[in-house]
Amino acid sequence: MNLPGRSVFLESYGVTIQDIESYLSAALERGGDYADLFFELRINHSIGLEEQLIKTATKAVNLGVGIRVLSGEKTGYAYSENLDRESILKAARTAAFIASSSAGGSVGLSTPTDHGHNLYPITLMPAELEIREKIALLEQADAAARSYDARIRQVQASFVDETRHTLLASSEGRYVWDVQPMVRFSITCIAEENGNRQYGLQGGGGRRTLEIFREALDPRALAREAARQAVLLLGAQEAPAGPMEVVLGPGWPGILLHEAIGHGLEADFNRKRTSAFSGLVGQKVASELCTVVDDGTIPFRRGSLNVDDEGNPTNRTVLIENGVLKGYLQDRLSSKLMGVPATGNGRRQGYDHIPLPRMTNTFMMAGQSTREEVIRSVKRGLYATHFGGGQVDITSGKFVFTASEAYLIEDGKVTAPVKGASLIGDGPTVLKKVTMVANDLQLDQGIGICSKDGQMIPVGVGLPTIKIDQITVGGTRK
Amino acid sequence: MISALKEIARRVVDRAKEKGASAADAFLREDETFGVTVRRGEVEKLKEAVSQNLRLRVFLGNRTATSQTSDLSPSRVDQLVDETVEMAHLTSADESGGLPDEDAYPTEVPDLRLSDPTWSSLSPDQRIDLARRAEAAAFQADSRITNSEGASFEFERSETVLANTVGFVGGYEATAGSLVSVPIAESNGSMQQDYWFSVTRYRDKLDSPEDIGRRAAQRALRRLGAQKVKTCEVPIVFDPLVARTLVKHVFDAVSGDAIYRKRSFLVGQTGEQVASESVTIVDDARLIGGLGSSPFDDEGVATRLTPVVENGILRSYLHSAYTGRKLGARPTGNGSRTGGGNISVGPTNFYLKPGQESPDAIIASVKSGLYVVELIGFGVNTVNGDYSRGVTGLWIEDGKLAYAVQEVTIAGNLREMLRNIEMVGNDIAFIGSVAAPTLKIRSMTLSGE
Repeated sequence: MNLPGRSVFLESYGVTIQDIESYLSAALERGGDYADLFFELRINHSIGLEEQLIKTATKAVNLGVGIRVLSGEKTGYAYSENLDRESILKAARTAAFIASSSAGGSVGLSTPTDHGHNLYPITLMPAELEIREKIALLEQADAAARSYDARIRQVQASFVDETRHTLLASSEGRYVWDVQPMVRFSITCIAEENGNRQYGLQGGGGRRTLEIFREALDPRALAREAARQAVLLLGAQEAPAGPMEVVLGPGWPGILLHEAIGHGLEADFNRKRTSAFSGLVGQKVASELCTVVDDGTIPFRRGSLNVDDEGNPTNRTVLIENGVLKGYLQDRLSSKLMGVPATGNGRRQGYDHIPLPRMTNTFMMAGQSTREEVIRSVKRGLYATHFGGGQVDITSGKFVFTASEAYLIEDGKVTAPVKGASLIGDGPTVLKKVTMVANDLQLDQGIGICSKDGQMIPVGVGLPTIKIDQITVGGTRK
Repeated sequence: MISALKEIARRVVDRAKEKGASAADAFLREDETFGVTVRRGEVEKLKEAVSQNLRLRVFLGNRTATSQTSDLSPSRVDQLVDETVEMAHLTSADESGGLPDEDAYPTEVPDLRLSDPTWSSLSPDQRIDLARRAEAAAFQADSRITNSEGASFEFERSETVLANTVGFVGGYEATAGSLVSVPIAESNGSMQQDYWFSVTRYRDKLDSPEDIGRRAAQRALRRLGAQKVKTCEVPIVFDPLVARTLVKHVFDAVSGDAIYRKRSFLVGQTGEQVASESVTIVDDARLIGGLGSSPFDDEGVATRLTPVVENGILRSYLHSAYTGRKLGARPTGNGSRTGGGNISVGPTNFYLKPGQESPDAIIASVKSGLYVVELIGFGVNTVNGDYSRGVTGLWIEDGKLAYAVQEVTIAGNLREMLRNIEMVGNDIAFIGSVAAPTLKIRSMTLSGE
């Protein structure tokens, strides 16, 4: 199926198919192998509550077209925020600069390319109609957090929604557009007691409209969850220091996969052999219990897309199967140079950025154990159920992710909460130490933002409860 | 062009006023950017663009709303102005809201020499050549440099304009060029990547590509053979690149936004000893040619030098007009325009003043400890100061750098870390708007094997 109607750029911005063909021809004037145009209109609204006041209401409009020319391993890129003919032609000729033969050619576009799937069929509502409802939901969330515990002193909450229109046209005749919705609610609570201050952070969303917060994802429940976490940390002890058994809870702790292996399996690093995973396809990089996939086709998920930002349909890509590395996440450039199919992972922050191989929704498949069995098997260790951010050094493979909610496990029982601590490990070996995988796979609630080369994009992660035999916990208590 | 941007800004705030706003300000930026990456001797990426952006803030009394757009076609800008005024009807009245007070604006706009016209005489081929030489120098430095993420030259020329409904109109131009080399060293099948760079507003101040490449190579090479060490409590030395992250955490904790929200471990501590006596930190927006310098901030407040920490004593927080009103202080010229058009508090040139010690003398003072060259992860909680981050470093044994260390963390609390700064280097590097010299912290927990 395909989206109904025509792209907004043809409807409302005066762009025609003939224009696009002439821009692509101009981009190939110096003889590049390939050119594409990426039109984007991103409109977002955000509204923020703090100190029980609606302090911010913002609308942001980002409109522009990015033009890319590929010639061998070279990429030329230019963009214009002005959609008039002269501006775009100038940008096309700038992007063409990297190519250096005189061979040109004309370009003809085909009929619109089919998406193959429609993962977020929605009726777009004018955001202005929703603003009052958002304010009401923010106020309810604030009240829910404050009534959870008298020690909650500050609450900050916000709604952000975005509608992203894209249109991709390439010199190979590809012509495809998409309309990508996104909503996100987030809330931070600060708890205070005798000068001790702690915070809790929760959020959720997806490629939906506001209706998700009326049903599946209650902002009041998220508020109570953030408040619970802040209050819990008031009584937390120092985290331990040193290597130990670690149990990761389901859902958002899947950020482990994102940092430890996901980035290292992005094709650009492997094509250039700068990743710690370079040349390891077909080899064992994880215990047999581990099957890891990147799936951009799950309806309504934050990391999902009908088509990636190079116009390729997204896929379900198996990265690791029963412990064996199967392949990489590809964009167009790397897939051509490596001679393998594109996987629909070419993504970019916006028209002003070059596409790169990126993750969509990355998670580990469920195993056989139960969560109780996993916890019971640990003599002395850490049980981490919620995380802040993470980061990886692609080349050495070392990664860090920081627990924001964690407990000690003593003699098979979850005991005292501990303060946030970073966990540090080595990507190519950490999954070899996974000795139990539970049957409780969860995907996160829809808050992930991934950064690479300064480009921020929405992603999802997921994990069942797992046990890692040994990982270094960076606390202060020996 | 600055005059053309001023014209748009004036038109926008006039329209807001017409539509019922009691006050408004419009912030416009035009950027001309160029970037090239050379990898293994060949151009890998070349990117060039001119982009424009308008950010608008309107007030209805002390209710506010903001907007941002890259689409500057007049009819769409008008429509956005109207929508922004409409949105302001729906937000809450906030007694601290509003434009800066009238006496906050600069009486004259100083020339801080933020722009260098000679960059434009550098042709695209010369720019590519700078990157090529910076990469080549890294490969030539040592045969163990076997690969590279390339070297990049980037240039930006920007024009910034602000106009508001109380008659302030100002603008300034700035340039900056940077050159970075990112080599990969390899031995015994394991790889290490590092980088070095130069960034400056003036073309003749850009370090030579050969120096940058060589230094980047040395930095990657010294990480080879990295191993874990046992969990211990040891002195920690931060190199200047890493030390500035610590100084950035101090900024986050003294920003008026964090203070009124009580999201800072430095709430309520002005006049108190918060760091060792060797620590003096200033925010100086008037540094000539500084990467964080500007004549006025993003809401028009005259910028200045603010002593933040003097000999370890916390002297001042940093404020926008809003946080100043909230906390009964004058704005310090730290208003920073966020993507959506709101004002938050941002650093100008925020730096820890250099001391007397050479970096070698600092390392020599450590019997057994860690010299930190890279920190990864987000384990810093500025609400309460808790600190836990992944580290790559060099082990110091008997005052000398001995071997590389990786896959360990350091942890502590920023309160103690600041009080435990024992030595301050004389080697400050202004490689961004936040800067610091080499710093030695008496002791932290290192978690490893």
